[in-house]
This record gives sequence, C-alpha cells and structure tokens, in this order.
Amino acid sequence: MKILGIETSCDESAAAVVVDGREVLSNLVSSQIELHRKFEGVVPEIASRAHLEAIDSLIQQALQEAGIGLAEIDAVAVSNRPGLVGCLIIGLTAAKTLALVMNKPLLAVNHVHAHALSAAMTLDHDPWPAVALVVSGGHTSLYYVPEATNLQRLGGTTDDAAGEAFDKVASILRLGFPGGPLIDRLARNGNPRAVQFPRTLLAPQAFDFSFSGIKTAVLYHVHGPGKTTGGLEKFSESQIADIAASFQQAVVDVLITKTLLAAERTGVRTIVGGGGVVANSMLRTQLQAACTDRGLTLHLAPMKYCTDNGAMIAAAGYHLLRAGQTSPLEIDVYSYELAEREYMNRESLDEAAGNRPR
Amino acid sequence: MEQWTVATHCVEETLALGAMLGRCAEPNTLIGLIGPLGAGKTHFVKGVAGGLGIAQSWQVNSPTFVLINEYHGRLPIFHIDAYRLNSAAELTALGFEEMSRAGSVVIIEWADRVAELLTENCLQITIEPTGETRREWRWTGNEPETDKLIAEVRSQYVTSGWS
Repeated sequence: MKILGIETSCDESAAAVVVDGREVLSNLVSSQIELHRKFEGVVPEIASRAHLEAIDSLIQQALQEAGIGLAEIDAVAVSNRPGLVGCLIIGLTAAKTLALVMNKPLLAVNHVHAHALSAAMTLDHDPWPAVALVVSGGHTSLYYVPEATNLQRLGGTTDDAAGEAFDKVASILRLGFPGGPLIDRLARNGNPRAVQFPRTLLAPQAFDFSFSGIKTAVLYHVHGPGKTTGGLEKFSESQIADIAASFQQAVVDVLITKTLLAAERTGVRTIVGGGGVVANSMLRTQLQAACTDRGLTLHLAPMKYCTDNGAMIAAAGYHLLRAGQTSPLEIDVYSYELAEREYMNRESLDEAAGNRPR
Repeated sequence: MEQWTVATHCVEETLALGAMLGRCAEPNTLIGLIGPLGAGKTHFVKGVAGGLGIAQSWQVNSPTFVLINEYHGRLPIFHIDAYRLNSAAELTALGFEEMSRAGSVVIIEWADRVAELLTENCLQITIEPTGETRREWRWTGNEPETDKLIAEVRSQYVTSGWS
C-alpha cells in the first residue's frame, strides 16, 4: 500500500511516499527545495507561513519523484501531535483536504512515535516487541513497543532533552551550532574520563531523564561554581576536548543505563533507536557494545531518517492503516505528546515505570 | 512600580517559589524570565505549573527546541522559550498575541531575546546565580496588576517557611 506522509510539526516541512511502511519512493524536506518567494523579516524555518508556502509543492514533488499520481495513493498520513499548533495545522489541513477529495483514509500520527518506529523501516522483518529510545533536540523518550501500533511511554525528560544539552554545552564551550556533531567530533580527541560529570538517574528504577544538571555541571566546571562567564580562556584546546568527551560520556552513560533497564524490566530482547542524537558516534558504538554483551539486538535508524522527515510518518501511518486505526476528518492537532486517551493510561504507566515526582 | 528581590538556595526552593507564583496568577498574566544558562528558569516554570494545578507538573520540560509547550491546569499555561529565536517577529509569527489573549498564563524563558513583546503588563523576573545553587530573583512590575501579583507572592513567601 502506498502512503503519502506529511510532516510539519516544527522547523521542517516534509512529504514522502512509502510503500508498505518500508520501500521509500520519495522523501523530501523543505530545506531541499527552492521556494519561489522570499521571506522578509521572519526566519522561514519556524513560521507557519513557510509550511504553508512549501507544503503544496512538497507534496507534488514527492508524488512526482515517486512516479505516481495522487489517485494511486492508498492513504494520507500526517503528524498531528506533538508540536507547534500553528505549524501542525498546515500539514493536517493539507492531509485532510487530500483525504476528503480523493476519498482516502486519513491517518493521524504521533510525531515521536514515528521516530520510535523509524529504525524498523529498513528491516525486512518486524522487530517488535522492543524498547524504543527516541533522542533528539526536543525529545528524550523511552517506549515499550509490543507492536507497531502500541507504544507505551515509559519515561521522558523532566527538563532538557539530550540534544538540547549537547547544543547548550557546545554554546558554553563556544563551539558553534549545531552542537551535537561538533561535540561528537571534538570528543574523539578528548579523554572521556578526564572530568567526572554527574550521571543523573533520578530514582534508581525510573525511566525519566534529567540533563539540566549535567549541563550546569559543565558550566561551573568551566567558569567556577555559581559563575556563568569568564572561565573558558584558562583551558587549553586539549582540555576543552576532554570536557566535551567527559560530558558526552555522561549523557551516553545515562541513555544506555536507562535503555538497558527498560529492556530488562519489560523482558524484551530488542532495542530500536531514532531521532537526531542517534547519529552520535559514541552512543552508537557503546550502545551496540552494551547490547552485544547482553545478547540484545540493536537497530538504530539510518542517518537519513534521524531528523524530521515524511517517510517515518508514512511508515507509522501504514501500521495504523493495517490495524484499522484511521482518523475522522474532525481530528485536531495537539501541542503535547499524549492524546487524551493516552493521558488516561498515564498514571498506571507511571506506576509500572516506577516514576515518582521528586 | 513594585520591586522585590528574593534569594533561593536549592532547586526545591526554586520550585516552591514558582508554585507560589502559579497559585497567585490571574488570567492573562505575562511573565518574562531573564537569566543565563543553568539559572533554573525551567525548574521555576515547573513550580509555576505545579502551583497552577497542572497534573504531573514535574514532567514540565524545556521548550528550547519545540519552542512552545502548552499545559492545562486552573488556567492554561503557554511555556515559551526564546533561546532559538532571533527576533520578536518570530514569536509573533508563532501566534504570541493569540496565546496572550487566551485567559492564560504566558511564561517566556530568555525573554530578553524578545524584549519588544514585554509590554507594560509583563512581570519581569531576572535571575542571577550567586553560588553553586544560590540564585537571586529580581521581580519587577510596571503596573497595578503586576505590582499586586508581586505583593501577593511576597506575602506567601514570608509566611512559607522558606524565608
């Protein structure tokens, strides 16, 4: 089944055509295509207007590149949560219009779920049941995934997302933006055991994350306790590489510890990972080694599906379609991750996951 | 013009101070937080959310990447982060005016990056780290409503046991 996937939850507008959740016929993001009109005053990435300008030509090009006409699409999948309401509404309205006009099913996809499922797109078999780790600039979440349409959230960040911590530490070390790849590269020349930064695990059995303490620890290591400026100059290049490596090791340690704990507690033998931070080389290497040690299978999303994209939305939509979970045309967008129905299950999940307010 | 400076000494006290503001906040309250990395802005908002009766407010997290988080308690709360924004026009494009007219509490981290939007009715809170966990919070109001809000939070604080 050919599914058109549309994504407009935050910075990037994207459209893709995917067959049966695996075969990607086209996968386009707005930064790749040339927009005809110039934007004045507003940075296009974050303006709903930019999504509005881009979405029609993106969809057309995605169909064109896939070599199919609109009539050959079996369903339209779209991310409707979580994200910026003003941006999500553009994608949802486009998807609803196409579904209505073509009389095809509409599939409303949770954006973070799509990241969680993205590693499965390149496999020739279903990896479920699995534990899914989603790590990006905006999200750090763990799910128990018994099947592709059943994602049970085990935990998430209680302050900064992992990718955000990378960017802010890169800013403290004045490395530039985006911080993830810059720290990754610099860390290769550094000693990850040079500085002992805290590993914040919250409650020992909790699946929630906290990365703001590690960020602040780097800040005070550089500038002195309670200081926010003036300390960077006293470090040599190799000392800064040590700080980058030690910070990265602290984040990776926490991510691996919690992910393995989730696998142990849910009894699964497979771990999948998606989101931009999955591109981090230390995380990839050490998570793979940890999984090999324990006889667990690891599947990480390939780089092209790590950032926001339409293909993962189409793939997640395919699973919803197979399960008969289509959405009515009245469906809305939500800024938060959990739909109302999912909120109701949250308390029992919290209990199962051992999460408690600090 | 009301001014109040208060010091906190640990994360728990930051949460408690935020909760006092959350309990006192009226519809259409605009709060601007200004302070460096690691000052405790997100933790303060976590406290505000708790004070507004938001369920599982400990899950309130940083909107640096997602730009806006929305929660629903006694009043709706729009938690905005201007760290990635380059101008006030960008926040306007994200629907700032609609958010601030919705009878809600709008709270902006890195508010100095969108200073043009901090109108007279904005409660401005500047945070200065003065030790590893010690922070000084300077509250500034510019009109009767924000002055009243500061006075209410202050009276809660002095009877709270933290002072």
